[in-house]
Amino acid sequence: MSATFLGIPPFPEAAHEAVNDSRLRHNLRKATHTIRDKRASVVTELEDDWERLRSEGAAIKNHTLRHLDHYLEQLEASVERAGGHVHWAADAAEANAIVTRLVQATGETDVVKVKSMATQEIELNNALAEAGITAYETDLAELIVQLGDDLPSHILVPAIHLGRSQIREIFLDQMAEWGVPAPAGLTDDPRALAEAARVHLRERFLRTRTAISGANFAVADSGTLVVLESEGNGRMCLTLPETLISVVGIEKIVPTWADLEVFMQTLPRSSTGERMNPYTSTWTGVTPGDGPQEFHLVLLDNGRTDVLADTVGRQALRCIRCSACLNTCPVYERTGGHAYGSVYPGPIGAILTPQLRGMSSEVDEALPYASSLCGACYEVCPVAIDIPEVLVHLREEVAAGPGHLGEKAMMKGAEAVFGSSRALDAAQRAAGAARNLVPRHLPGMAGAWTDTRDLPDVPAESFRQWWNKHEKGQS
Amino acid sequence: MSTSRERVLARVRAALTDVPADEPVVRPVERPYADSHGMGDALEVLEDRLRDYKALVRRVPADRLAQEVADALERRGAKAVAVPDGIDADWFARTGAERRPDSRDRPLELRELDRVDGVVTACAVAIAETGTIVLDGGPDQGRRAITLVPDYHLCVVRAEQVVDGVPEAVRQLDPAQPLTWISGPSATSDIELNRVEGVHGPRTLEVLLVDPA
Repeated sequence: MSATFLGIPPFPEAAHEAVNDSRLRHNLRKATHTIRDKRASVVTELEDDWERLRSEGAAIKNHTLRHLDHYLEQLEASVERAGGHVHWAADAAEANAIVTRLVQATGETDVVKVKSMATQEIELNNALAEAGITAYETDLAELIVQLGDDLPSHILVPAIHLGRSQIREIFLDQMAEWGVPAPAGLTDDPRALAEAARVHLRERFLRTRTAISGANFAVADSGTLVVLESEGNGRMCLTLPETLISVVGIEKIVPTWADLEVFMQTLPRSSTGERMNPYTSTWTGVTPGDGPQEFHLVLLDNGRTDVLADTVGRQALRCIRCSACLNTCPVYERTGGHAYGSVYPGPIGAILTPQLRGMSSEVDEALPYASSLCGACYEVCPVAIDIPEVLVHLREEVAAGPGHLGEKAMMKGAEAVFGSSRALDAAQRAAGAARNLVPRHLPGMAGAWTDTRDLPDVPAESFRQWWNKHEKGQS
Repeated sequence: MSTSRERVLARVRAALTDVPADEPVVRPVERPYADSHGMGDALEVLEDRLRDYKALVRRVPADRLAQEVADALERRGAKAVAVPDGIDADWFARTGAERRPDSRDRPLELRELDRVDGVVTACAVAIAETGTIVLDGGPDQGRRAITLVPDYHLCVVRAEQVVDGVPEAVRQLDPAQPLTWISGPSATSDIELNRVEGVHGPRTLEVLLVDPA
């Protein structure tokens, strides 16, 4: 059984702990700055075209979302025409049940997995484990997280929070329990660690007959699924087994094959800062004699239609999971991914998670506030998601909800005072007269604010009073 | 099963009531972006990008290809190589390496693929700007597994197969075929973002870039 985000404290508490972890902050800073710089250089290389690709990417995704029913039906027909089977899952439980049933039908109890956010979101591995099926993660970082019974902390590099010596310890302690053990004398050289993973997983790849993946894109007109990766573990899972099951969020659709020419330029550059990722696999249904001979596509809703219904929040569904917003975010850089309490961390997680899950918990209500609204995330987004706009929109929703009664009462009072010139004048005079009585440290709930800030001095007279005295009669 | 299908589709439609009923479902193709970015001579750019990915590259004249294939396999110490059964036999005229042909009808066993010293294939198209070689499963490229399991991939790219940018390549490719886009050897950056070449795919990618004779 692997770890879960359930029970993680709301962002302010989790972040408070995270920022005190100096090793975590060091790892994160180094990693995010490295990717950030690489991204900037390969994006600059495309000059003005970058902005055109960016707005075209946004336009394609917007258009798809506005006609999603049409494209879903078209995708279904294309995949089935090419020999695949399509299943629909309204929520996580249904998706897990479908995948479990499909795996059971193969008679296998071991499956290999390609790194996939969708299957993490529905906690598929746990559901399979309950049915006696072991899911083996094959992406190096996911393998590290799985062996360490840890949680991913980044969309692209899930083990970004761990250093090489920690990874070495995890390999030495855990690999033997899962299969081929780590070699004796394993060092913490990244080459040695990658080699240990290669040896550990190779037997598994050659033996396992069922694989589970997600997809970066699903092309409606051709029925093609697309997976971008680096290591080749994706290719192993997508081509060697007999049965392939892909769990894909309904927002992953693009209308036409030609649309890929946009995203194949923007995704790798935004994501790893490479001109192109080492491997991309595309497949359309099944190809006799090459690759899996049975292919199942599970189309996942799980809250996406709720996001779609919000005309401001809808843009979050454009996300192509590049993680550029995480790497550029000053908040993520200091807190890391676990503090967000969600498989989607960082700025995109702060808007996607509360919309997908609904803002019914403290964790989800806190997420729209996990930002300084600096706008860096919007700047780097390859599909131009206005994350700050959605954050503010979601804050409004939180504020309109049942919580934060004290804040609401204060705001109500402020509204009365600011709404009336006479009330404001009286309040300002009263404040001026009592200025020496104002404490340095506020009592009660407001005390938290003055723990880290100086309360501004109250002036002897307000600007309005000064204006009335000096300027009024002169013009 | 059909009930979930209807449920999801009904939710999607209910979520989109703001979209005018007469808004066209088909989007006019505009392509405001460039086909390529003027980064220089396509073959030189491709060579540069491939080297950047730590692939081995050689520019070879067409009339020397057989000798270059022989030399490359010799350097590698490759005695037995997998080959797609539609590959040009002339390429192997000067090598003594044993060829193990593979096809969709008569595939090599996985364990055998794991034991060969390498694989030799052609390609469908190559993209200069991104250093990408695309295989489309054609008779001279073969099943996806043969370029994945062996640790060494020798790929022959003819000059006329090289395009500048991604859009040109996408237009030439047939999505009905299973495609593999390769940009350098297998690599990971999962450990403190240090790039390590070679995890599960071939650790060595060697490209013979063939100039017309």
